[in-house]
Amino acid sequence: MSEKKAAPWLRIYAVLAYVYIYLPILILIVFSFNSQKLNIRWEGFTLRWYGALLRDQEVLLAARNSILIAVVSTLVATVIGTMAALALQRYRFPGYTLAESTLYIPVIIPEVVMGISLLAFFAQAGFQLGLGTISLAHIAFNIPFVTLVVRARLHGFDKAIEEAAMDLGANEITTFRRVTLPTILPGVMSGALLAFTLSLDDYVITYFTAGPGSTTLPLRVFSMVRFAVTPEVNALSTLWVLTIFIILGIGQLAQRRQSKAF
Amino acid sequence: MASNRLKSFTKSLRENPQSQGLALISPTMLYLLVFMIMPLLLVVILSFLSRGPYGNVIYKFNLQNYLRLGDSLYLRILGFSVTTATLTTLASLLIGYPLAYYIARAPAKQRSFLLFLILVPFWTNFIIRIYAWIMILRTEGLLNTTLLNLGLIKVPLDILYTPTAVFIGMVYEFLPFMVLPLFTSLEKIEFIQLEAAADLGAQPWRAFLRVTLPLSVPGMIAGSILVFIPAMGMFVVPDLMGGAKTVLVGNLIRNQFLTARDWPFGAAASMVLLIGTLIVTLLYARRAGLGEEVLV
Repeated sequence: MSEKKAAPWLRIYAVLAYVYIYLPILILIVFSFNSQKLNIRWEGFTLRWYGALLRDQEVLLAARNSILIAVVSTLVATVIGTMAALALQRYRFPGYTLAESTLYIPVIIPEVVMGISLLAFFAQAGFQLGLGTISLAHIAFNIPFVTLVVRARLHGFDKAIEEAAMDLGANEITTFRRVTLPTILPGVMSGALLAFTLSLDDYVITYFTAGPGSTTLPLRVFSMVRFAVTPEVNALSTLWVLTIFIILGIGQLAQRRQSKAF
Repeated sequence: MASNRLKSFTKSLRENPQSQGLALISPTMLYLLVFMIMPLLLVVILSFLSRGPYGNVIYKFNLQNYLRLGDSLYLRILGFSVTTATLTTLASLLIGYPLAYYIARAPAKQRSFLLFLILVPFWTNFIIRIYAWIMILRTEGLLNTTLLNLGLIKVPLDILYTPTAVFIGMVYEFLPFMVLPLFTSLEKIEFIQLEAAADLGAQPWRAFLRVTLPLSVPGMIAGSILVFIPAMGMFVVPDLMGGAKTVLVGNLIRNQFLTARDWPFGAAASMVLLIGTLIVTLLYARRAGLGEEVLV
């Protein structure tokens, strides 16, 4: 679109819209430094709630569980999902359309339905609910997202380069390692980043597939929020927003470097 | 022997691109078959069974669960869910459109930063975002204390734990889902078309109505799907902000599975939700062509 200056009313509107989006989050952050326990009025600056958070065993355990699940599900989903992206982008095979539409299922299905279906399935199949079932569920919803992202990046990748490498005497493994992988790596990385964040963030599906002792961070935050409005939740939220900001910032920078490289 | 077989297998893979493709896609298909399709089929089957006296499942085919959903109580819940999801979609479209338009027209350098600012809350955990609004809306919250201090109200407003609070929370949750596809769609519009319209003497608002707005319909549709579907299945916002009065289909399903332990009935409600959202998606998608807008 054009780079003409926007009309004044539109600029004012945009400022207001960003205030609307950020004011609640800013309030949340400011009150994480509030010394008043009831968190109603501003009393004074403190870091006490951050200290309390770091000593909160349940929060620490939940964080550990969340990271564990996110790492495992990201690794598996990225490998499997990248393979699927390669298959869909570069090959034609029987059942192609079926495969393509199957990958849309988790995008268009309400999360609660996926949650209860996995709960019913795990119960019927005799799985013990816990970290394992949560990870299996996260892999399932992550694969399609990885495939979509990697596939979008594969678009326009010239197969002739690979053929040239083979003609020059490189075998499949060398070609994959030296030609294909470096080209698709940025796409794979952003797919993995997406999977990691989705997993870390998921509440609904985790809620239905978790068992005793497998509380994740979103589940923990939910029960804290439900219980009371305390500054400790604000501290946890602040750290979370900060983490997301950093992860996204890294992603943004990587993207910029990649677009420069081309 | 085994190595020979492996060699002939890799040889056939090398020479046959079709089996290469199949080999690459099969792990995904197998995984989704087991952990997505089979669970969904199980829900279909469950929805035709009935609940035993101890919350167990009785394997006798019947339509009782679906008939029960016709009760006025459940019809009201369904209607309320459709209304809430529709209003949420409309509100985020109205709020999001000018914003997406502004970002799409901003200079390229600012554009990526403005977009980044939309992405941060999008990726911030949604329970945290609900919590922020609870802090603002509760009786002794910031909104009430501010209004009381300004003398605008004498008694605190009871907004939290009402359907209004659920609506406010949902719009805030889903706004980025609307802005991103709208932006993708608006960014693609070539200035040259608008210029042509202007050259032909069109007023700016006319050019907008005749050119920009129709060209951004795919983004509006994609955004609406992305907001409507999760809004229909939502149970967390009503849980935290709606109090006991606000029950959406999502809450109904959750309760049947976890508290009432009537899985067959919950499964039937899930099927209704699933088919309803599928129909809406297909109707929309047919009009727009489910394009990259949906995939953010």
